[in-house]
Amino acid sequence: MSLVSIHNISKSYWRDSLEIPVLKNISFDIPAGEFLALMGPSGSGKTTVLNLVAGIDRPNEDGDGRPGGSVIIDGTDITKLNESQLAAWRSRNIGFVFQFYNLMPVLTALENVTLPLLLTKMSKKERRERADFALKLVGLGDRVHHYPRQLSGGQEQRVAIARAIITDPTLLVADEPTGDLDKVSAEEIMNLLERLNKEFRKTIIMVTHDPRAAEKAHVIRHLDKGELS
Amino acid sequence: MFILHLIHKNLFRHKLRSLLTILGITIAVLAFGLMQTVVSAWNAGVAASAADRLIVVHSVSFIYPLPLSYKARIERLPGVETVSWANWFSGVYIDEAQFFARMAVDPATYFKVYPEFIVSDDALAGLAGQRNGTIIGALIAEKYNLKVGDIIPLEGDIYPGHWEMKVVGIYRGRDKGTDESQMLFNWEYLDQSLLQTQPARAGRVGWYVVDIRNAAERARISADIDSLFANSPAETKTQTEKEFQQSFVSMSSAILTAINIVSVVIIGIILLVLSNTMIMTARERFREFAVLKTLGFSTIHLAGLIGGESMVIAGLGSAIGIALTFPISDAAERGLPAGWFPVFNVELSTLAYAAGSAFVAGVAAAAVPVLKTLRMKIVDGLRQVG
Repeated sequence: MSLVSIHNISKSYWRDSLEIPVLKNISFDIPAGEFLALMGPSGSGKTTVLNLVAGIDRPNEDGDGRPGGSVIIDGTDITKLNESQLAAWRSRNIGFVFQFYNLMPVLTALENVTLPLLLTKMSKKERRERADFALKLVGLGDRVHHYPRQLSGGQEQRVAIARAIITDPTLLVADEPTGDLDKVSAEEIMNLLERLNKEFRKTIIMVTHDPRAAEKAHVIRHLDKGELS
Repeated sequence: MFILHLIHKNLFRHKLRSLLTILGITIAVLAFGLMQTVVSAWNAGVAASAADRLIVVHSVSFIYPLPLSYKARIERLPGVETVSWANWFSGVYIDEAQFFARMAVDPATYFKVYPEFIVSDDALAGLAGQRNGTIIGALIAEKYNLKVGDIIPLEGDIYPGHWEMKVVGIYRGRDKGTDESQMLFNWEYLDQSLLQTQPARAGRVGWYVVDIRNAAERARISADIDSLFANSPAETKTQTEKEFQQSFVSMSSAILTAINIVSVVIIGIILLVLSNTMIMTARERFREFAVLKTLGFSTIHLAGLIGGESMVIAGLGSAIGIALTFPISDAAERGLPAGWFPVFNVELSTLAYAAGSAFVAGVAAAAVPVLKTLRMKIVDGLRQVG
């Protein structure tokens, strides 16, 4: 059964009055437990696909102002949710891993990891236990009180992964998670993502330029000029 | 709790910028407080005026005296409770910079019409019984280290000669706004001296103070007094005490207006300083706000984060400014020539305006960055280079 089901999605951006089409009527399905790598040249629309699946961007509307096509994640067509519904849905269902980690610089590793849990009704003790577990899982059990500036790039990305998995999301989206890392750190991050997929059955969609990173995925799809192959 | 925690952490992310902003607000609030204190001090006489007291002066100018004989005729008017009188003495004590009000008053009635001057029976008896007796305000006693029994030598100017007053009592103000810097001596001393030296000036008073039974009748009684002396060589002009005081303050109205305008400008400066900081702060953190939105934080959380930081900065600056207003206003009062402002208190309303203005500035300064953040698309925020 498909966890992600995308049908007839197009997306354009506007620069002043100039329309720049990025995705052209694409459709694809991703089964639960899949580890998918999206590859393609710069500007091909990889990150746009990821943003649409993660609910942080919306597809083009049809002539009547309704969403053109559908993005169905675990049975929910997220194109039909309003902004606050979408925010609540994201907090429960999506884990994000960004290329530049995007940690809060003023918060410690523990506080960064705990952030998504602040939107739940979980007690402080439960949040702490979960965060400790997530940080241990990514190998940073001894760095809980370190600030991002006190961590290496690879360690920062591991904190970001811990933050992404702490709510036990349905889907993990990673936008070039190794793009800012050296070879060794990149290898560690990819091993971690592979472990999350295999051991914890996390469905992962990853955008990457790195063929070595893509090798860890089960399926590799290519995007070029807004079309999926 | 998280919002408060993050506000606290963000507040001193750029320590120098935050501290300079807080300092800017502190100075602005302080300047506002001091200026409004000066305005309040200027208006203190008006504020302390009683509604049931009328002042009767010569219709041409208050510098012209009125006959003492008017007292009995005013007393007979219906609605009049007590009539007292006073003369402005002026004179020089130590040197001309030592200014405070020096007046010859009627011992029997003056403290009846001014019940806000709290004075002992012994002092009153001393003033009535001692021809050169004087009762002085507590501020003067403190400033010049004067006590009962001390002699105050004065060189007369309006009333030439060397005068020596003996302190028989010290009065205190009943209210915070009561002027405690007056020197009130026995009118008989002045009148008897004038009888000997300038008999033509004797038996004349500077103004009458009329205490009326019902404040609502002030217009009728004022008209009655003035009609009583119409077409006489010394026609009168009767006003409420407030109007009388306002006529003095209005002479300085341009200065007061200027001070009030500058005060408003200061509020604008608070807003600009804070707005500048908050706009820079929000612009630097758009990417972080986008990440928070991505994680599911709502617009209310982000508005609270930006607005809260703005309010904390405004609150800190305003609190420090208000706290400093008291000692600096005290220092300013000490630095001014004695008697310039008999009442120089930081009013509660001034503090409320200062705090209120800082609060409004805190909200207004956050408005633009909050709106920009709320309108920001997540994908645009994530693309922002921090």
